Amino acid sequence: MADFDQELDASGLNCPLPILRAKKTLNGMESGKVLHIIATDPGSVKDFEAFAKQTGNELMESKEVGGKFEFLIKKG
Amino acid sequence: MSDTKKLAIIATKGSLDWAYPPFILASTASALGYDTEIFFTFYGLQLLKKNLDLQVTPLGNPGMPMPMGMDKWFPVLGLTLPGMQGMMTSMMKKKMASKGVASLPELRDLCQEAEVRLVACQMTVDLFDMNTAEFIDGVEYAGAAAFFEFAGESDICLYI
Repeated sequence: MADFDQELDASGLNCPLPILRAKKTLNGMESGKVLHIIATDPGSVKDFEAFAKQTGNELMESKEVGGKFEFLIKKG
Repeated sequence: MSDTKKLAIIATKGSLDWAYPPFILASTASALGYDTEIFFTFYGLQLLKKNLDLQVTPLGNPGMPMPMGMDKWFPVLGLTLPGMQGMMTSMMKKKMASKGVASLPELRDLCQEAEVRLVACQMTVDLFDMNTAEFIDGVEYAGAAAFFEFAGESDICLYI
């Protein structure tokens, strides 16, 4: 996984909390910085795609690692 | 600002389960950049109380999944027994916590942090003699015409 600037562990949280926490964390970051998110909610895969598309942040990577879902989002 | 999307929600229900859709959708829409308003009317006004004491009931709701095959053991009349609603409510809350579902106060706080406008129906407040001192801070009071001022410009309008 590529480098990231900040990390958010949303493990155990269910919809819509991973998205809300991610949004809050991104609010405190500068444009171009990368956020690494870990989640266990299977719905978060589609949700982070949709979140990125609608907010102008770039979903650089989305993968499943040992039953967890990991995302890299670059702040737009 | 004119290209900001808008979401208008009318929240009409005051039970634990039905309190979730308005707050989940409003908080998520705000995270996606929507300008969001929830208009609380009739039983939906319960969602504005500082002390959220919402209950869930299986009565009149054959779609509710019951734990431990309770729907087989108890005929409908059994569900009207005293204490049954309190038991279902506490089981539902435990289930939600164990699945990482946010609590209602948490979701409502997130809505307020995200500047979702919370509007209480003044007519219902009067009708039920509700004490607005029991409501959280930051609630606006208005009527149908004010709702349409926002909803008429909205991209999505939901009645829940």
